[in-house]
Amino acid sequence: MPLAAGAAKAYDKRMETSPQVSILHRGDLLTVSIGGSWKMGTPLPSQAREALAAVRTGGARGLLLRCEALAAWDSSLLVFLMQLVRAAQERDLDIRRELPHGLERLVQLAFAVPAKQGASRTVRQQGIVADLGTAVLALPGKLGEFAAFVGDVTLALLRFLTGRSQMRRQDLLTAMYECGVLSLPIISLTSLLFGLILAFVGAVQLTQFGAQIYVAGLVGIGMLRVMGAVMVGVVMSGRVGASFAALIGTMQVNEEVDALSTLGISPIDFLVLPRMLALTLMVPLLTVYADLMGILGGFFVGVAMLDLSALEYLNATVRMVSFSHGIIGLSYAVVFGVIIALSGCYQGIRCGRSAQAVGKATTTAVVHGIVGIIVATAIITVLCNVLKV
Amino acid sequence: MDVLAPAPPAASSPRISVRNLTVGYGSYVLMRDVSFDVARDDVFLIMGGSGCGKSTLLRVLMGLKEPQAGQVFYGETDFWACTPRERRQLMQRTGVLFQGGALWSSMTLAENVGLPLQQYTGLSQAEIREQASLKLALAGLAGFEDYYPSEISGGMRKRAGLARALALDPEILFLDEPSAGLDPVSSRLLDDLILELRDTLGTTFVIVSHELASIFTVASNSIFLDAQTRRVTAAGNPSLLVNDPHTEEQARRFLTRGASGTSAASGPGAARNDA
Repeated sequence: MPLAAGAAKAYDKRMETSPQVSILHRGDLLTVSIGGSWKMGTPLPSQAREALAAVRTGGARGLLLRCEALAAWDSSLLVFLMQLVRAAQERDLDIRRELPHGLERLVQLAFAVPAKQGASRTVRQQGIVADLGTAVLALPGKLGEFAAFVGDVTLALLRFLTGRSQMRRQDLLTAMYECGVLSLPIISLTSLLFGLILAFVGAVQLTQFGAQIYVAGLVGIGMLRVMGAVMVGVVMSGRVGASFAALIGTMQVNEEVDALSTLGISPIDFLVLPRMLALTLMVPLLTVYADLMGILGGFFVGVAMLDLSALEYLNATVRMVSFSHGIIGLSYAVVFGVIIALSGCYQGIRCGRSAQAVGKATTTAVVHGIVGIIVATAIITVLCNVLKV
Repeated sequence: MDVLAPAPPAASSPRISVRNLTVGYGSYVLMRDVSFDVARDDVFLIMGGSGCGKSTLLRVLMGLKEPQAGQVFYGETDFWACTPRERRQLMQRTGVLFQGGALWSSMTLAENVGLPLQQYTGLSQAEIREQASLKLALAGLAGFEDYYPSEISGGMRKRAGLARALALDPEILFLDEPSAGLDPVSSRLLDDLILELRDTLGTTFVIVSHELASIFTVASNSIFLDAQTRRVTAAGNPSLLVNDPHTEEQARRFLTRGASGTSAASGPGAARNDA
């Protein structure tokens, strides 16, 4: 090597900065000489491609690789050599290498462990119909898995009700604090603004008939009956559902869930149940709070912009809104709490063992949570309509 | 086949017996026909190259993964034929040290060690705290009771994991690569602790490890899993295996860091002639 490097210095500058390849046919023997300086990123000379083509299609029966005034080189030269050697191997050429010691060792090392049969993967492209079919076929399995999880949670709930649960009270309290108390600021802001928006939208139409007092009923009934619960559901899905999935998913990655299992502690009892109970309890409570904040938002619009007096607005609210609206709203909230907790915890528990899997679990938890909330809202609304409540 | 025969039977019945175990994922089989016995006073090593299924085999023994075929006996009880509740009861008699420690990150070290006690003993909070301090002190972590796992180093996390595994004074301790990530001195201290615990508390150890120094220091019995044939190709005390000319080649290469490989390459036939 030092000799080659020294010789290279004597060459002109251009020689030093570009890779050189020369091809020589002599009878059955194809000689490829390599020289110059090989750096990743510098384009290969056209002779490099010609050399490969000569090996692949030429009539030679032997290949001689040699170096001539080779200066600096890196992996780019190695890749080129590997391509040549592999092409020559495919055509059963007799390969001879006269390479510097270091380069020869690396080529040997690269071929030392043969590629494992079946280890390299090919991505199979299939049509959109086939993709759809695969997804549909996978559905029963996925639904079965989810049903098993719901079953596990139900059993855990039964254990809790009969006092045999391994859940710790302090975990339940912590979960309640985290999804209840810590959510108050964001719930305050969103539902206050939502009440304002409802009042504005209603006022545009109602003032045309001089019926702006009905804004109170619109906001009151709207918030209490469904919008309060939906607001809380969507916010909690993003805030709490995602955090459940990420937390339990990371515990899977760190083998913390396994550590619980090996101690004979059920992860469902210990991790899922407290979060499930906390959300089922806190979402309705937060909904009551959100309803009040929404009515407050409507109240601001009514008093400040619609020339209603404070007492007038509150009186109208009390007159038009009935208790049953609140009860229906709470039943939405209970269902939402269960949906958010189930999707968050389920995605966490079945999370794979990588950082990427945790990210996917978190996203899926939020998406499923919100879609679940909207679907449940539709179902309950239709149900209420049919039952005339 | 005679190399596969388990070590000579111990005076008492074995703590764990594994019979014709096949482990794998779906249709992919990692290991088949694994059989061995772990005696009461054994420090049992599961050895093998990377990716040969050591950790998966350990997961089957610990009750985290169902085997595809075969049985695991804890004493007389067929572990995987039990109901889940019976299996959980058996699992309470074992302790596990995971590769990264697997401490519960939302709890302090004392709470980590105390949780099994809180779940399974009627001890008061103060007694649990005492027990936790003792176990942490045994692992060399006295004074770190109120630290969170994220606040201590990787080696300390590992030792805290060991303290937690010791919490219920288990009969069997499973260690998954205990010395990985430890400096040589800590690794040596851990080896001493393992032998100490076996001699004083009578704990049986089942260890998955790569580290030769540690293997030769602690192991009293072992199996070697071969990734190529997917079988147990050597069994016995590693210190004897390494000098035994009948030991299967891959196992001897493993135990000598590949040093015996050159002689093997020159002629397995020569070895046969010697025999």
